Amino acid sequence: MPQAQTIESAVNPNLVTPFINSVRDVFDKMAGVKITAQEPHLKAGKSTGHDISGIIGFSGAVAGSVVVSFPKAVAERLVEAFVRMPLECGTPDFVDAVGELVNMIAGSAKPYLGGVASISLPSVVIGQGYTVASMSSTPCVIIPCSSPHGDFAIELCIARQAGA
Amino acid sequence: MKILLIDDSKTMRNIQKAILTQLGHTDVLEASDGLDALSKVGAYQPNLILVDWNMPNMDGITFVKQYRAKGLKTAIIMVTTEAEKARIVEAITAGVNNYVVKPFTPDALSERIKETLSRVAAA
Amino acid sequence: MDHSYIMPFIKSVQNVFATMLQMQVKVGKPFIKTAGSPAYDISGIIGMAGDVEGAVVLNMPTATAEGVVARLTGAPMACTHADFPDAVGELVNMVSGGAKAQFPGKTVNISCPSVVIGHDHHVLGCKDVSSLIIPCTTDCGEFCLEISIRQTDGAAARKPAALATA
Repeated sequence: MPQAQTIESAVNPNLVTPFINSVRDVFDKMAGVKITAQEPHLKAGKSTGHDISGIIGFSGAVAGSVVVSFPKAVAERLVEAFVRMPLECGTPDFVDAVGELVNMIAGSAKPYLGGVASISLPSVVIGQGYTVASMSSTPCVIIPCSSPHGDFAIELCIARQAGA
Repeated sequence: MKILLIDDSKTMRNIQKAILTQLGHTDVLEASDGLDALSKVGAYQPNLILVDWNMPNMDGITFVKQYRAKGLKTAIIMVTTEAEKARIVEAITAGVNNYVVKPFTPDALSERIKETLSRVAAA
Repeated sequence: MDHSYIMPFIKSVQNVFATMLQMQVKVGKPFIKTAGSPAYDISGIIGMAGDVEGAVVLNMPTATAEGVVARLTGAPMACTHADFPDAVGELVNMVSGGAKAQFPGKTVNISCPSVVIGHDHHVLGCKDVSSLIIPCTTDCGEFCLEISIRQTDGAAARKPAALATA
C-alpha cells in the first residue's frame, strides 16, 4: 500500500462535494438526466449486489479509488440517454460508454479536490451480485444517487495524502 | 464540409458524431489520437477539426502545435475535460480557435461549432 | 500494447511470489484477451496513471486466492473474511509497483487497489486498450495477470509537473 500518511479521510466534505457536483453536471449536460444525490454515508462492510461498475483509480495528492455501481437496467437506460442509442449490456460499446461516464465524473471532480492528482483509465466490471471492496486503510463513503431511470451509487474511497 | 473528429474514446466520438449529424454534417472522419490524426489530415483536408486534449501516443495540444507548424489554417475546436483557465490559454496560444469543456450539452457543442464556422467564413 | 511492458510484469509477479510467498510462478504464453477468455471469481484491480496508463488485474480462482492469501498472512482465511480483500489488494499492489519500477525513464503512479469478489464477473478495459493475459501457475493453483495499459508519451497534460503550473 502507498505509505504516505492519510491525513484526511474521505468523509471530509471537501472531497465528497466535488463528486456530488460532477455526477449531477455530467448526467445533466451529457444525458439530459437530473440526478438527486442523497445524504452520503460511511460504507459499513462490503457492498454487495453489483451488476455494472465503473472503477477509476486516483493517485497523487489524492489517492484511492472511485466506483460507480449501477443495477443492470439502470445502467442500460442511463447509457442509452448518454449515447442516444440503445446498447446491449456487455458489448464493447456499452463497456466503453460506462467507462467514459465514470471517467467524466472523476475527471470533472478532480480539479476541485485540492492538490495535483491523476486518474487511471477506467475498468468496468460486468456480472451479477459481486462485491467490490477497497482497502480498509481508506474509509469509504457512499453517495446514493437517484435518477428518473433508477438508483445507483458512487463509492468514494479516497483520501488526501501527506507529502504527496 | 469535412470534419475530422479526434478522440480516444469511441463513445465520445459517437456522441459528437451524432451532434454533427443533427447539424447536417455527415462527412466526418474519425481519428483516435494526434498521431493517427496527423496521418489523415493530408489526404482528408478537413474544413473543421474537433480534438480532445488527453490522448495516448500524441495528445491534442501537441497535435495542434504540429498541425499549425505545417502552416495549415483549418479551424480547430478543442473538446476536453481540462477546464482550468491556464489550460484554455495554453490551447488558444497553440492555435485553437474555440474551446468546449466536457461535459457539454449537445446545444453547447452545436453552438460552438456554428460559431466557429461562421467566424472562419467571415475571416 | 508495447511488448517491452510484458517482461517487467512477469519478473515482478515471480519476484513477489518468490520473496513474499517462497513460491515459484510458472508463466505461460501471454495472449490477447477475447470475449471468451476465462474469468475467475476474484479480481484485484489497480489503476496506472502517468507516462503509462491503464489497469492491472490479478484474476484468481477462489481456491488459488485463498491458498496464496493463507501463505501471505500465515493463517487460513476464507474469501468472505473482512481482511481478505486487503490481502489480494496488497498482492496486486506489489506486483504493479515492482513492474512499474522497471519501466525505464517512465513516471507512473499506481492507485489504491479495488477487489471484486463474485462468481462470473468480468473486468473489462475501455478506450480500445487491449488486455494482455499472462497465465500463471503456482503450487496454490493457476491464476492470470491481466495488463491493459498504454503509453501516453507526449501527453504532457497528464504529467504532474505540467499540471502544477496550470
